[in-house]
Order: sequence, then structure tokens, then C-alpha cells
Amino acid sequence: MTLTGVPISRPVIALARVTKTYGSGDTEVHAVAGVDLVVERGEYVAIMGASGSGKSTLMNIIGCLDAPTRGRYRLDGVDVRRIAEHQQSKVRNRKIGFIFQSFNLIPRTTALANVELPLAYAGVKPAERRRRALAALDRVGLGDRVGHLPSELSGGQQQRVALARAIVTDPVLLLADEPTGALDSRSTEGVLELFAELNAAGRTVVVITHEDDVAAHASRVVRMRDGLVVSDTRRAAAP
Amino acid sequence: MSLTESARFAVRGVSANKLRSSLTTLGILIGVAAVIILVAVGTGSSAAIQTSISKLGSNTLTVNASQGGTGGRGGGGVGGFGGFGGAGGGARPGGTGFGGASSTTVSSGTQIRSATLTLDDAQALTDKAQAPDVQSVAPVVSVSSVVATYAGAKHTVSTFTGTSPSYLVNDDDSVQAGVPFSNADYSAHRRVALLGVTVAKDLVGGTGLSAVGKTVQFNGIGFQVVGILAAKGSTGPQDQDDRVIAPLSSVRDTLAGYGSLGSISVKAKSAATVAAATNEVEAILNGRHHVTTATADYTVFSASSILSAATSSTQTFTVLLASVAAISLLVGGIGVMNIMLVTVTERTREIGIRKAIGAGKGDIVGQFLIEAVLLSLFGGVVGVLVGLVGSRFTIVGVQPVVAPYSVGLAFGVAVAVGLFFGLYPASRAASLRPIDALRYE
Repeated sequence: MTLTGVPISRPVIALARVTKTYGSGDTEVHAVAGVDLVVERGEYVAIMGASGSGKSTLMNIIGCLDAPTRGRYRLDGVDVRRIAEHQQSKVRNRKIGFIFQSFNLIPRTTALANVELPLAYAGVKPAERRRRALAALDRVGLGDRVGHLPSELSGGQQQRVALARAIVTDPVLLLADEPTGALDSRSTEGVLELFAELNAAGRTVVVITHEDDVAAHASRVVRMRDGLVVSDTRRAAAP
Repeated sequence: MSLTESARFAVRGVSANKLRSSLTTLGILIGVAAVIILVAVGTGSSAAIQTSISKLGSNTLTVNASQGGTGGRGGGGVGGFGGFGGAGGGARPGGTGFGGASSTTVSSGTQIRSATLTLDDAQALTDKAQAPDVQSVAPVVSVSSVVATYAGAKHTVSTFTGTSPSYLVNDDDSVQAGVPFSNADYSAHRRVALLGVTVAKDLVGGTGLSAVGKTVQFNGIGFQVVGILAAKGSTGPQDQDDRVIAPLSSVRDTLAGYGSLGSISVKAKSAATVAAATNEVEAILNGRHHVTTATADYTVFSASSILSAATSSTQTFTVLLASVAAISLLVGGIGVMNIMLVTVTERTREIGIRKAIGAGKGDIVGQFLIEAVLLSLFGGVVGVLVGLVGSRFTIVGVQPVVAPYSVGLAFGVAVAVGLFFGLYPASRAASLRPIDALRYE
């Protein structure tokens, strides 16, 4: 563990023989067929694979959006299966910042209000919420766009708002699902730079992608095929 | 997350689609306004009926001769006891019916009076020993289609009453100009008359008061006007001031003939003795007519019995109106539910996002439930306003009287309807799995 250069601590993600099965009997499909994966604090991991390789199912499990059929998943040391369903939204709120391919901002709601939303659900007081949301928007370079609606922002800007929303709760894990899939190459560059900066500042980042360019920014690339991890390579440093 | 936070999201949700929200609100609005206005119409008409009935005088009883129809009722009532009783019950009213047809019934226009009440009956009711609770008795004969003429002016009197002076006491009548006719006028068969305001105005114009002292022709027979009756107002379409009162003796001499009485007006000593007076009147008349209460060929009405009958019928009417309105409120509620289900489906993705970033079930339920309640609450508030404004207008001749309970009830039910019909869509939204909701396109 000391090889990665981070201090010894509990891993952010610890998957042990995790499977996810849909259907039963003859029509049984193993979307995830037994994955062991450990992601340490401060890592920048890209999970790659063709469509149907099980990476999206894995991302749902990691993001506590879906429960594994078998196996154990510990998020920041907490066994997710032990958490009651109504508590899972709290876990997502505190531990994970989501970034989606289609941005998934709340429509007709300003950038600031969108970023404040996770804090509102966490029960943070309005004044404190506003301060932290403004700081997060500043961090992603949108300090001058706080009052804009999603429909008034470009794709790259919307994804930055989503990024601000993801980091505003100070989560242990940034989980991005094809974050640049809907962006042009210039916006892609900007968003990936932000990921790199956030990772350099010590945040754990997991990116699901099928683009090599995106994966090239990561310090570790996990490739999947047919629900299994087929390769797991680390690089010394991000380019 | 706090309630105000959920409310803010809900307000944003409702105002996002203003046209749809206002149309949904309209359903509740109409329901609430309908409940308030229709209950007000019911209350108003019942109040109007009560005022007009109380004008009859609460101590007054009216004895009417029964007509053929009542015979059947009498027979039916006794029929249960067996063949003999049934035959007895049937025979008497049958006889009355034939009697009426043969000779003694005076028919004038559409009115049919049976020959069962006589001046002697009225006289018998004044017996202080047998009827201690009766204060005064007045025999009454009514003549319809009487045309009054005076100096070229013509008026058809809707009620022409021949009676004794005590009728004025029984009927709570007073004279606003001139004097009432006296017992002396009655005994002397003097052709004198008291005019209702409507008749007097029609004949002499102006306030009608100048008719006092004039001689007016009724169907060609001259009566001297000695007084003008105080105005009584009108009950719905019926003008109670379109009437003439004259001594029974002279009316029988001229217009009505010497047949039976139309009715007998009886005044009890006080409101408390109305029931006792009724029993006494019935006892005397049963004795004179050789009938029992079950086979009686007359009926006794009191203002209070008419009042209670009228009150119960207007209550039924009000309940009927209110239930029709309540149904429209229910339909409005279903409208709220419908639109909330559409909203939940439309915003499935938003619900997914909210759940992904930490919204709990309670947060989602709260948000959508508050949206539904906001719709119905807004509809309720505007509906109450519309209902209150609408109740200020006269509706089909009735001045509505807003019942405070109906406002509270309609408003409360509207909000409850929002809660009830919002619950299902809200819980459906909350139970969406974030993974499915996020994938939803």
C-alpha cells in the first residue's frame, strides 16, 4: 500500500467477489460476475470497457444506486449491505459526489440552487449552504454564472456545475459516469483538467469511460469484459 | 431537510407549469365555490320560508276541510286492523266525496271546498269550557277571481277573504290607515272592506292610502273601504298584499253564498298551548262530525307544523345541493391526482437526480405532497372568494345566506382532498429506485 505514496488508511472502495445477476434460470445474466477491487484514498481510477462489459452495473453498485446480488462492498469502511435502504440516500449524500454523462442538473433551477441541493438534503443551514456552494462554483471556474439556469449554460459549463454539486459536500469519492460523453473536445479538456486538479488536491476519483483519452488522465486503469476485471494497470503519474 | 425547503421546491414545481396548475386549481375552485354558494342558496331559501311562515303567527291554527284524497289516507290507516275497520274507514270519506259532488260543495274556479266546516263548528270552538286554550276563533270563506273596480281602474284580487274581526288578531294583521271593521259591522252585515296595499295602489294609485272612505265594486257589488292593511311583503312569487278582507256575513250575502266555510282560523292563548288547543279543537270537531282522529274529515295546521315541515324539506334540499357540490369537489380532487401522476412521470428523472444526491423518501413525499396540497389550497382560497362574492347575488329569486360552516367545511375538504389524492402520486415518486429513475427518458 505504501507503494502508491498515500498514507495507510481504510480504502475508499473495497469490493470482494461482488456479483450482480439479472433474471433467473435459463435467462440468468451475470452483469458483474465476481469482481474484487480496492481503491485507496487519493487514487484516480478509470474503469474501461465496451458496452455490455458490466462497467455501468459496477458503477451503480459503487455508487450505492444498486445492491450487489452477492459479495461484499465496503464504502469508506462501511458495509453497504448493512445499511437500510432509507439510509442509503444519506450515504450517497455524504460519501459520494456523482457526475453523469447527461449532467443531470435540475431544470429551471439556478446553478447556485443546483449546487446547494445536496447540502439542503444534508440539512445544512441556508447561509452556510450558500457560502459553500459559491466556493464550489468558484472552484470550477463558474463564480460569475451562479444565477444562470442550466438552459442558459453550455454543455461544458453545465458539467462544471454538476462537478461543483459533486464536490460541495466534500465526499470521499467522486464517481463520474462517462463525464465527457456529451461534450466537445475543448470542454472535455477543461473538465478533465478539473478532475486532475481535484485529484491532485487529494480527492479520490473514479471515472467510468470507454474513451482512451479520458483514461489517459487516470493513474490507474481497470479494464472489464463480460462482467470481469481483465486488467488493472497503474501508472506512476498522470500525464 | 426542513418543511420550508420542501415547500420551496413545491412552489417551484407548481409555478413551473402555470397553465396546467391553474386548470387543475380550477376544478377545486369550482367545487369549493359550488359548495358555498349552493349551501348559501339552501340556507337563504329556508330563512325566507321561515320568515314568511312566522308572519302567519306562531299561535295560530288553521282548520281545513279535507278533500277526497284524505279519505284514502284515513281508510288506509284503519285498513290494517281488518275488514271491519277498513270498511268503516273507507265509508266515511267516500261519503264526504259524494256529498261534495252532489250539492253542498261550492266550487269557484279550481278551488273545491268540502261542506264539512260550518259556522256552527266555528261557534262551537269558542266554548270556553271545552276549549280553554283557545283565545279567539274566526270563520273564513275565500272567494277567488274577484275583480275590483273603482273609477275605471280594475284589479283582480288574488285572495278575497270573508271573516270575523278576530281574524285580524289571529293573522297578526293591522291597519295602517282607517279602521278595522268591527263586530257591529259584522252583525249588521255591512258591506265594508279592508284592502291590501297592492289592491289599493292599483285602484287609486299613489300609496293607496287615499282609498279609505271610497266605495269599490267587487264583481259589481259595492263595498266601502274602511281601512288599508299594513304591508306583509311577498313570499317568492306570491304577493301577500294582494288581498281584501271583509265581514263574513256580508260576503256570504253577496259573493260566496251560504255554503260551507273554507277554513276556521283559531288562535291559541300562547305558543306553549298550541298543542293543547289543537287537541281541544280536534276533540270538539270529532264530536260534532262523529269521526275519530284517524278518520277525520278535516285537518288542523299550525304555523309551527308548517314550519317544521318546510324546514325539513329545505334541509333535504340543502343537503341535496351540498352533495352535488361535494361531488364536484371530489372530481376536482381526482383532477389533482391525475395531474400529480403526470407530474411525477414527467419528472421521474428529476426525482432520480434528487435521490442520487441524497434526497430521502420523506423529502420526495414531502415535496410532491406539498405540491398537491398547494394546488388544492390555492383552489380552496380562490373558491372561497368566488363563493362569497357569488353569494352576494340573488339566485333564482333567493337571496343566499352564507353559512359559515360551509366555508370552513368546503375549504377543509379541499385541502384534505389535496392531501388524500396527492398521497398516492407522492409515494409513487418516492418509491422510484434512483437507478431506474435516472435511466428514464
